[in-house]
Amino acid sequence: MRLSVTLAVAVLLLTGAGTAQAQESEIETLRAAVEELRSDYDARIAELERRLAVAEQNARQAKYAAQQSEGLQDGAAAGNAGRAAFNPAIGVIFQGQAWNFSRNPDDYSIQGFPFGGEAGPVDEGLSIGETELILNANVDDKFTAWLTVALALEDGEGVAEVEEAWVETTALPAGLGVKFGRFFSGIGYLNSKHSHSWDFADQPLPYQAFLGDQYLDNGIQARWLAPTDLYMEFGAEILQGSRYPAGGNAHSGFGSYSLFANVGGDVGGDSSWLAGVSYLDNSAIDRPSGDEDDPLVFNGDSKLGSVQFVWKWSPNGNWKQRNLVFQSEFFWRSEDGNYVLPGGAPLIYEVDQTGWYAQAVYQPIPRWRFGGRVDGLSSDDPGALFDNTALTAPSSNPMRYSMMADWSNSEFSRLRLQFTRDEAGPLDDTQWGIQYIHSIGAHGAHAF
Amino acid sequence: MIRSICVVLFALLPVCAAADLEIFACEPEWAALATEIGGSHVNTFSATTALQDPHYIQARPSLIAKVRRADLLICSGAQLEIGWLPALLQKANNRKVLPGSNGYMEASAYVVRVDATGNVDRAQGDIHPEGNPHIQTDPRNIAAVARPLGERMMALDPENAAAYASGLADFLRQWHDAIDAWEAKARTLRGAKAITHHKSWVYLERWLGLEEVANLEAIPGLPPTATHLSRLTKQFEEGGADFIIRSPYQDARPSEWLSERTGIRAIVLPLTVGGSEQAQDLFSLYDDILDRLLKARNHE
Repeated sequence: MRLSVTLAVAVLLLTGAGTAQAQESEIETLRAAVEELRSDYDARIAELERRLAVAEQNARQAKYAAQQSEGLQDGAAAGNAGRAAFNPAIGVIFQGQAWNFSRNPDDYSIQGFPFGGEAGPVDEGLSIGETELILNANVDDKFTAWLTVALALEDGEGVAEVEEAWVETTALPAGLGVKFGRFFSGIGYLNSKHSHSWDFADQPLPYQAFLGDQYLDNGIQARWLAPTDLYMEFGAEILQGSRYPAGGNAHSGFGSYSLFANVGGDVGGDSSWLAGVSYLDNSAIDRPSGDEDDPLVFNGDSKLGSVQFVWKWSPNGNWKQRNLVFQSEFFWRSEDGNYVLPGGAPLIYEVDQTGWYAQAVYQPIPRWRFGGRVDGLSSDDPGALFDNTALTAPSSNPMRYSMMADWSNSEFSRLRLQFTRDEAGPLDDTQWGIQYIHSIGAHGAHAF
Repeated sequence: MIRSICVVLFALLPVCAAADLEIFACEPEWAALATEIGGSHVNTFSATTALQDPHYIQARPSLIAKVRRADLLICSGAQLEIGWLPALLQKANNRKVLPGSNGYMEASAYVVRVDATGNVDRAQGDIHPEGNPHIQTDPRNIAAVARPLGERMMALDPENAAAYASGLADFLRQWHDAIDAWEAKARTLRGAKAITHHKSWVYLERWLGLEEVANLEAIPGLPPTATHLSRLTKQFEEGGADFIIRSPYQDARPSEWLSERTGIRAIVLPLTVGGSEQAQDLFSLYDDILDRLLKARNHE
């Protein structure tokens, strides 16, 4: 190409002569040929310049890489070794406390709300509660698994209980996730929170009265997250129905189901929020509650609805320096069935109850947090059949008022002081407690 | 307008989003880098701002929603985000950005990390066994991350691969010129002695030849204590350091307190893009860091 153009120019130059018209066209041709040459060389020069720049870049990068690795031990290799050190990740959480009650906690109960599951006051005096051993890891490229074993002392004997043992999908498309095994139900806000991340030493009254502290069961959970900037999560669960507020594995072991939805977002750079609704439908067969040795036994349906709201604030979202968390939940429960009182015949029981709590926790400076909480319950009266029993409605709504202060040396250690004025039990009670929560080993990131 | 229609018709969103690569960056420097390379072909979002301590972030619903829609996630790594990123990933149900996939990238994997100790004892405080994660304070690390980031973008969005390739080449060319200029400008800083609040600046110190003589935190990650500060006051009452450096999100009181008692200048350096009025992109970030250091060094 280039050769032919050059030849054409040379030939034209040599032949030279011709008419004026021919000369005109010759000039045109020459001009075109020169232009073509110029643009061709421009392109070649640009290409050479680009190659030069790349070569320079590579040389500089090599120089920087050499400078960087100078005097360094094999840092990257050491880091990789650290990452591969433990699989599965293992963590242990230590919790213990000392509590003082002005009344005997063995006599504690709330009129109209016989407790089931794990609910009830903590042990008096010094105790260590549950020590949790946590193992988790990815199973393969499509599943991840989690195990929590709770180690506790019951009447001086060590017991190990499988608290959570679940497998969750990681590879489903379209924002879907499925969890199966034994897990804390996704209803409410606090239900799926581990006790070591609670802001108070005990659960609020509606959790104690309606969920046996926390609803934990065997089953399947499906969650879907909408592909929107506003956080929208929808979930459903089918559960065995083995534990309070269900019982007896009704419907051939598909005893309970639940539905929940959460939305959330940010407001400016300082605040974020989460709001949700949930519904839990239980069937109970011979569900015990109240006194362990002389239980009340319920058969029937137990339905629980709830709404929740959480607001978190910190200046510029810089959580470590200062923050405030407000949260509140409201529960409705409707139970329809019959109760068998100790030594008696079944009595028709149809009662609607509500429970709620509101709390605020403020961290004014790093390490220190201060919080207050109010929680309460209310109940319809089940009727004259239940007069003078534990199920008759309380004369005034059960209420509690709690305050706490805690100090965390790091995110792995926490010491807490709590004061509770309990006007829910048979006699008003003043309760003081100190608590520690410490963890070693791997520690999972906390959800919002 | 188009975006608001997409939000309304979120069920059809995959169609709307196909035009762009959605990039979720844990820190502003990686969002800025992705924008430099991808230009208008990428939508970048930074989970944190320069005014937040990236160790302590709430796994907020808004962040989960962003991870849910991300095609590519880039974070500093080396356990900087260990307190919150796993919670986001667990809730977001997005297989495209899980560790091990092409859409998950830890920037610190592509640089030589300082202080990688392997296993650590937590009595030493908030030490990262995989090395110091604040790698963005050395611009050569930005260059080292740019290339693999550009390659990920090309792999995830092959239609725009040519644009990413030329975006990457343009950026690197400008970046290396800028590094040369910064190095020339910062020559007088060599050997300057720095007291830092947290070990956030080790890469900057290695790059510019600064000497770190003390930290305000007695134990990394734990707030400075009164005893440690009074010990530092004694140690530096005759001088012995050129500046006390903190990041915008760190408590001002410890460094101001020490500065009052020792006469050593306390300065705030932007740790990332957005950390000062001047630091609006990667280039102006280092311009501003150097300006502030030089000003303090020359007692201006």
